[in-house]
Amino acid sequence: MSPRLRWRKFVSGFMLAMTGVCAFVAVSVLFLILGYLVYHGGTSINWNFFTKLPTPVGETGGGMANAIVGSGKLLLLATLIGVPIGFFGAIYLAEFSGATTAFVVRYAADLLNGVPSIVIGIFAFILVVHPFKHFSTLAGGFALGLMMIPITLRSTEEFLRGVPNALREAAMALGASKWKTIASVIVPAAYRGILTAILLAFARVAGETAPLLFTALGNRFWSPGWNQPTAALPEMIYRYAISPYDDWNRQAWAAGLVLLVLILVINIVARAILSRGIAVPRS
Amino acid sequence: MRMTISKVNFFYGSKQTLFDISMGIATNKVTSLIGPSGCGKSTLLRTLNRMYEIVRGARLEGEILLDGQNILTQDVTSYRRRVGMVFQRPNPFPKSIFDNVAYGLRINGSKAPISEAVEKSLRHAALWDEVKDHLHKSAYELSGGQQQRLCIARALAVEPEVLLLDEPCSALDPISTAKIEELLVQLKDLCTIVTVTHNMQQAARISDFTAFLLTGQLIEFSPTPQLFTTPGDPRTEAYITGRFG
Repeated sequence: MSPRLRWRKFVSGFMLAMTGVCAFVAVSVLFLILGYLVYHGGTSINWNFFTKLPTPVGETGGGMANAIVGSGKLLLLATLIGVPIGFFGAIYLAEFSGATTAFVVRYAADLLNGVPSIVIGIFAFILVVHPFKHFSTLAGGFALGLMMIPITLRSTEEFLRGVPNALREAAMALGASKWKTIASVIVPAAYRGILTAILLAFARVAGETAPLLFTALGNRFWSPGWNQPTAALPEMIYRYAISPYDDWNRQAWAAGLVLLVLILVINIVARAILSRGIAVPRS
Repeated sequence: MRMTISKVNFFYGSKQTLFDISMGIATNKVTSLIGPSGCGKSTLLRTLNRMYEIVRGARLEGEILLDGQNILTQDVTSYRRRVGMVFQRPNPFPKSIFDNVAYGLRINGSKAPISEAVEKSLRHAALWDEVKDHLHKSAYELSGGQQQRLCIARALAVEPEVLLLDEPCSALDPISTAKIEELLVQLKDLCTIVTVTHNMQQAARISDFTAFLLTGQLIEFSPTPQLFTTPGDPRTEAYITGRFG
C-alpha cells in the first residue's frame, strides 16, 4: 500500500467515524434528557400528581392537575387560532398568490417565526390582557396561537408545493374546479406532511414558558372558564424549578417528564395514523 | 366533424407559439399531431380542452368549436368533462385504483352506480382483468404502462366525447406502448381521439388523420396514408424521411 493510499484510507475512516459519532450524539441527547427526567422526576409521578391541586408551601404531596388541564386548554385554544390561519394562508400562498405576494408573506412569516417568544408574550399582554384588565387562558392561548401561525403556514406551504403539478392538471382535466382540486387531490396528497407540520408547531408551543408569564400568569387553583389566570405545565416547571423546596424541585422534574411524554405520545400516535393511506412516491 | 379549429393564434405573454391554425377533428377517428420538439403540438392539444388557461399570461385568439358550439364561451369545468385528457407521464392520484377511476364521477356528482361505471371504464382501458382482484390497492403499485391505462380509464369514466392524449407512450416501454396503441384504435368507437406524438411510426400505425406542425404553423393536414406516402409539402417530406427533427 502506498503512503498516499494509506493516508486516504485513514481520512476516509476518520470522517466516517466522525459522522457516525455526530449522528449518535444527535439521537442520544433525547435519551439522555428522557433518562434524566425519569431519574429525577419518576418518583414524584403518582396518581396524585395527575389528580390533586398543588399543596401549600411546606406540605409535601399534591399534584399538578390544574396545570395539566390548563396546558390542555391553552394548547386547544392555540391550535384553534394557529392551525386554521396557517393552513388556509398556506393554501392561498401555494395555490393562488402571485410570486411577489408569496415572497412578502413568506418573508413576514419567517420574521414572525423569529420573534422571541417573550416579545410575543408582551404583545399578547398589551392586546388581550390589558383591555380585559386581567390575565387569562384566553390571552395565553392567543399568544401560543400566534406562535403556531408561521410554523404551520411555512411548512404546510412547502408540502403543498411539493405535490406534483401533474396531479393538479389531472384533476382539472377531469373537470374539477380549482377548489375541488385542492380539497380532493392536493390536500389529501400532502396531508401527512401537513399533519407533521401541525404536530411540530404544537410540540413547539407546548413547551413555551415565556409568553405564558405575561398572559396566563399561573394559578395554584383550578381556573374555571377561559377568562381566569391559569396554570400550565411549562410555567409550573419554571416556578417549581427555581423554588428552594426539594419537593417542588422533584415535582418540576416530574412535570417536565409528563410534558415530554405527552408530546412523544402525540407524535407516535399521529405517525401511526399517518402511516396508513397512500403517499405520492418521490420521483 | 367533432371539433373545428379556425384561425387559432396562441400566445404565452408576448411570445406567439401558434400561427393561424385551422383544421377539423373528425368524429370517431384518431387524429395525430406530429412535429419536432417545440413545434406547438402540445400547445395545440391543450387549447382543445382549455388546459392552457391554467398558465398565467396564456392567450388564445380565434375560434374552436365542439359540436358546432364555441368552446371558449362555455363554463370551463363542465366543458372539460366532455374532453378528457391523458398526459405524457402517468399521473394517477395517490388513491386506490378504484378511487382513481371513480374520481371524475364523484366530483361531478354522478348519480350512476359508481362501481359499475368503474368496471366499465377499466374494461374499456383493457385493464380490468389485471386489477379486478385488487381494486383497493394503491394506484402506485401498478407498473408504468398499467398506470397509464388507469389514467385512460379515469378519463373514460366521465364518458368524454373527445379524448386528448399528450405523448401517452413516451415514458413507457415498447410492450406497454403496443398495448396502448392497440387500445386507442379500439377506443375510436367510443370517442374521438386526438393524440400528440413525436413518434412518426406511431402516428402512421394508429391514426386516420395526421397533422404536421412546424414552428407553430400547420404545414400539412391530411389522411394518414396520404401524408406519409405522398406528402404535399417538401418540409413534411423532409421531416418524415428523417432529414430533421
